Amino acid sequence: MGKYKVSFPHLGSYFVPLEILFTEGLDVEYIMPPTITKRTLELGSRYSPDYVCAPFKYTLGNFIETIEAGANTLVQTGGGCRLDYYGELQGQIIKDLDYNVRFVNLVKTKSSLLITLYNGFKEINPDMSLKKIAKILPVALKMVEYMDTFEDYIRKNAGFEKHPGALKEIHHEFLNELRTVRTKKELNNTYQRYMKRVKGVEVEKPKNPLKVGIIGEYYTIMEPFSNHYIERELAQMGIVVDRWMNVSNSIIHNSKNKMKEHIKNYAEYNMGATSMATINKALEFAKKNYDGIIHVKSSGCTPEIDTMPVLQNISADYKIPVLYFSFDSQTSDIGIQTRLEAFYDMIMMRKEAKN
Amino acid sequence: MKKSYLGIDIGSISTKAVVVDEKFDILAKEYIMTDGDPVGAVKSLLSMLKKQFDQKNYEIVSVGTTGSARKLIGVMTDASVVKNEITAHAIGTTFLYPDARTIFEIGGQDSKIILINNGIVVDYAMNTLCAAGTGAFLSSQAHRLRVGVKDFGKIALQSKNPTRIAARCTVFAESDLVHKAQMGHKKEDIIAGLCNSVVSNYLNNVGKGKIIAPPIVFQGGVSKNEGVVKAFEEATGYPVIVDPNSHLIGALGVAILAKKSRNEKPFTFDIADIEFTTGGIDCGKCPNNCEIICIYKDHELIDAWGNKCENGAIKKARTRPA
Repeated sequence: MGKYKVSFPHLGSYFVPLEILFTEGLDVEYIMPPTITKRTLELGSRYSPDYVCAPFKYTLGNFIETIEAGANTLVQTGGGCRLDYYGELQGQIIKDLDYNVRFVNLVKTKSSLLITLYNGFKEINPDMSLKKIAKILPVALKMVEYMDTFEDYIRKNAGFEKHPGALKEIHHEFLNELRTVRTKKELNNTYQRYMKRVKGVEVEKPKNPLKVGIIGEYYTIMEPFSNHYIERELAQMGIVVDRWMNVSNSIIHNSKNKMKEHIKNYAEYNMGATSMATINKALEFAKKNYDGIIHVKSSGCTPEIDTMPVLQNISADYKIPVLYFSFDSQTSDIGIQTRLEAFYDMIMMRKEAKN
Repeated sequence: MKKSYLGIDIGSISTKAVVVDEKFDILAKEYIMTDGDPVGAVKSLLSMLKKQFDQKNYEIVSVGTTGSARKLIGVMTDASVVKNEITAHAIGTTFLYPDARTIFEIGGQDSKIILINNGIVVDYAMNTLCAAGTGAFLSSQAHRLRVGVKDFGKIALQSKNPTRIAARCTVFAESDLVHKAQMGHKKEDIIAGLCNSVVSNYLNNVGKGKIIAPPIVFQGGVSKNEGVVKAFEEATGYPVIVDPNSHLIGALGVAILAKKSRNEKPFTFDIADIEFTTGGIDCGKCPNNCEIICIYKDHELIDAWGNKCENGAIKKARTRPA
């Protein structure tokens, strides 16, 4: 231990299973990336090409912050879009900035091909033990699923707490305790205990609350700073927030064929990255009579731009309003607030008119 | 004493206000430039309204604010309603034109489209990231061509052969305009071309994917421009309604909401004489360094916002450092 100080950029709360995977499975020290703030974005924007998508800027900024925090090995992955070039370019930028660190680009690995994953891990720590990783990987994966289920419950109930903030507090404690978990048994115990606690929190949900589904690009939808805490804003308005996109659904249990079949009347070809999931979920939310859909993406995200005409068709067919957001490096909230408030007023008045 | 309601719409470029009676008939109205000083603009506006307003027979019982400075002015006037401008415009328009299906709104720095069905907003969109094709762009081009903004529309109507000007982006439009002027295109043709470019920009961006059904109501400052109105009619194939008070609809809408809120509070025009100041503080408690805005009334802190978390909450009344 101690030789490799490894880090991976922040994405929601996934630092918890990553920490366990790195420390227990790969036998390396894990450097917790500093929380995403305005400074992260400023650092990232300073060294990024101006027109690159915002997640590139956030992750580059976060890499620099983790180096400042002591990391000497940075890990980046790929995806079905420009994300595949992130590692190559970020590694070069970090080298040009004269940081003396290792950059491990996992773009070649495929989660479906275990051997490529193994090769990737081997690159992070050549002395890793297959036994250790085989022992901890199932725990980390299950942890991701539990966390996602937990957060899903919070999103659907946070707007109706009797004592605002109670769910968030338990979530915080839950994550802290998960960091100490090492076995499936401990994991199951912790999960069940906290799920019970979180379900015990008093919520006053009306019979027919406003429901909004969130869809869109991978990073922006999952990293709350980058979407201006849109889920929190919606919850504060008293809205049930539904989001399918998370690591469990998109990577662990993704069923592309089912999606393709479901959306065949709207999109025949896969447009890459999260596009199919976006359309699939929009259609499902529409069929389930949700009050509205919010589409989030970083400015210039090509696969998500491609979904927009399809979303407009779904919106017209099912008479469901869709609000579109493009985020870049602006940090002022006022324009976003205005659009969200108007969206709330609109879906509220539509609902009242229906009843 | 009869009841009346004050609606104020504080936009980036102009500030508008109306006072309405219980039937929403306008008793007083005013329109001035914001000049980057919303507090100062509202003070001047209130002094002007005070002179028009029949204080013997009417009293203002509640205030509504809208527009990008709605929160700040809401605190200053102790407003009963602080509402976003999209909803305010929809409420104002559907009051005046209950059958309206589509609202085009182009203001100083933003533009929006609102679709209505049976008096209910069913969809809307607002420009993102970019202020191309808004009032600020037209007025800067008018300035460049040495034409008063008010004459712009009339000159555009004289054109028989509008120049084609790139609509996609303000920067491209401007360089296109300069080139065409240097090539010898007539001024009225260029001006008509600009009006067309505002309209195609609007329909291609804000209006993208929206089904535009008549009756169409056009409002916001740019609706005063006859050239843009004509370009809209040609592009959509429908007549476009422009209300004589088309620049005041947001203020009217929020005055209506103020009455509907039934939240009555005493109001006096004397707040125009009270000193309101604002100050920014960098929080400094974490790397996020939120910019917190503090609002002082006669040096006493009355409100603060801008913090993203509890650590930055400013609760105690503090006096503004001299």
